[in-house]
Amino acid sequence: MAIHSAVRRAEVPPEVRRNRRRRTLEGWLFALPLVFGIVAFQAAPIVVSMYTSFTRWDGFNSPRLVGGRNYVDLIVNDPIFLQVVRNTIVFTVLGVPATVVLALVLALLGNLKVPGTAFLRMAFFTPYVMNVVAIGFVWYYIFGPTDGLINQFLRNFDIHGPAWLADSSWVIPAVVVVSAWQGVGYPMMILLAGLQGIPEEMYEAARIDGASAWSRLWRITLPLLTPQIFFVTISQFIASFQVFGLIYVLTKGGPGYSSSVYIFYLWQVAFQQGKFGYAAAMAWLIVALIAVLTWVQWKLQKKWVFYD
Amino acid sequence: MTDLAIDDRPVLAGGGDRQLPAPGKRKFQGRRIILMIFLILLALSFLTPALWMLNASLRPEEHVMDFPPGFALSHPQWGNYATVLRNMPVYFLNSVKLAVLNVVGGLIVSSLAGYAFARLTWKGRDALFGIVLVTAIVPNIIYLLPQYILFQKIGWIDTLFPLWVPRVLTPVFGTFLMRQAFKSLPAGLEEAAQVDGASTFRTFLTIMVPQTKPALAAVAMFTFLDSWNDLFGPLIFLTSPEKQTLPIGLAQFQNEFYTQVGPLMAGATVTVIPVFVVFLLAQRYFIQGVTGSGFKG
Repeated sequence: MAIHSAVRRAEVPPEVRRNRRRRTLEGWLFALPLVFGIVAFQAAPIVVSMYTSFTRWDGFNSPRLVGGRNYVDLIVNDPIFLQVVRNTIVFTVLGVPATVVLALVLALLGNLKVPGTAFLRMAFFTPYVMNVVAIGFVWYYIFGPTDGLINQFLRNFDIHGPAWLADSSWVIPAVVVVSAWQGVGYPMMILLAGLQGIPEEMYEAARIDGASAWSRLWRITLPLLTPQIFFVTISQFIASFQVFGLIYVLTKGGPGYSSSVYIFYLWQVAFQQGKFGYAAAMAWLIVALIAVLTWVQWKLQKKWVFYD
Repeated sequence: MTDLAIDDRPVLAGGGDRQLPAPGKRKFQGRRIILMIFLILLALSFLTPALWMLNASLRPEEHVMDFPPGFALSHPQWGNYATVLRNMPVYFLNSVKLAVLNVVGGLIVSSLAGYAFARLTWKGRDALFGIVLVTAIVPNIIYLLPQYILFQKIGWIDTLFPLWVPRVLTPVFGTFLMRQAFKSLPAGLEEAAQVDGASTFRTFLTIMVPQTKPALAAVAMFTFLDSWNDLFGPLIFLTSPEKQTLPIGLAQFQNEFYTQVGPLMAGATVTVIPVFVVFLLAQRYFIQGVTGSGFKG
């Protein structure tokens, strides 16, 4: 092997080699700003935050190594942390299927060949581009306990609506509604692109065989759409585990800790309590959790995702 | 990207089958019209919160929470917008500044890197691209804590630098999109220019970049959205009230006007309108960006 490559190298004329070296230099120069950014703002921070997670650190004085204490404290000694993890899981388990199913229904409707679908798709995408503080304002008044729009509406039917965002058992479902409303546009677009990639001949053939619209949906559309469904499920799941903005603007984690989610608590621990070591450990735990759950879903996809 | 990017002409125009209905299809036409009305109602119901916001921003305070809500233009309260304009120009200016820096910087960095990954052959390219892929997967929160400490050390807290420098220099998503766009250009496009003796950079700038305008537009839109709507960044990196961007400024505005719904909704409307305008103008590129992002690495 070694001799072989040495011979080869000898065969390459110096001019070609110089040319090759020049091209490598050019490539790195083009990528240089990105490389600098990744090293300075991502790679180095990964190392620092890993180290930080094994220390007590207020961000000002020098950090003190404490081994795995932060991790142990989180899992064993912090009841708020456990509640926050539970809330995050509940939010995800309710929110991701709701969003994906809604996105699917809307994509199917948006793919119909009738006038008006362009407006429809634009409408579904609108909340996605609104900033979360504005969204928070609007929904805060929609969910108002007494003069909120929903409860005023329910009063017409003599239903006394709950306090929604101020009720510890309704707060997460309420935020899930806002989250699905806001987030459905993006997965819908991806599913729509998938729908438009399904060849028309498939439907023609099924129609000739007398398949009903219903069985065309279940036998052709959905199976052929599983790669896109899988993709949006995974990406929604990862985003849902890291929800922050909606909680910050709608509930601030309350009432009590009943809607406090992972990143919200992490933000409080780091930037309000100044416990950077503890927060770094939290950050790594959620990365590990997301990685494991994504890996599990990746393995499970063989059972239901259809690749041709 | 090409085969998944929505071929939007026939569907977005809604004219998939424009041939005249055969007599036997008349019943089918009726169903289409009902379906169309249903879809438009559905779309409107989806828009209700945004429409309510717009409406409430002009309603007199004592009627703002009426149900059903009255129509704004019967007694429009333009004064709500005057209140907003008195209170928010600083935040607006900061947000505009950041959006411009982020979009321009992000376009430069991502098109340069995307070009290097797509069209140049160089040692270390594929390994580097793998690293870029990995950094895209790692949740941001891992980077943010050390970044905060770094910015504290170099005196960047409470300045706008943390809100654009890291973002401009790590446009991972933009780099993917630009790489795709450059890859889809025909092979050998550069060669003619290089025969004329133009440098790689000149070829890139004068021949290649102009061919990727749709992708550049998509990257610009996404970057603009990210920058304009960013909440977490300003929340941790900015401390003085007068240095805030729009989202936080809006939240501060709430502390001041929490009892007055009208001005609050006017404030919310003002933050949302620029995004709607950009979105409506560049909808097509936006959709291409979304659909091009998920598939085909």
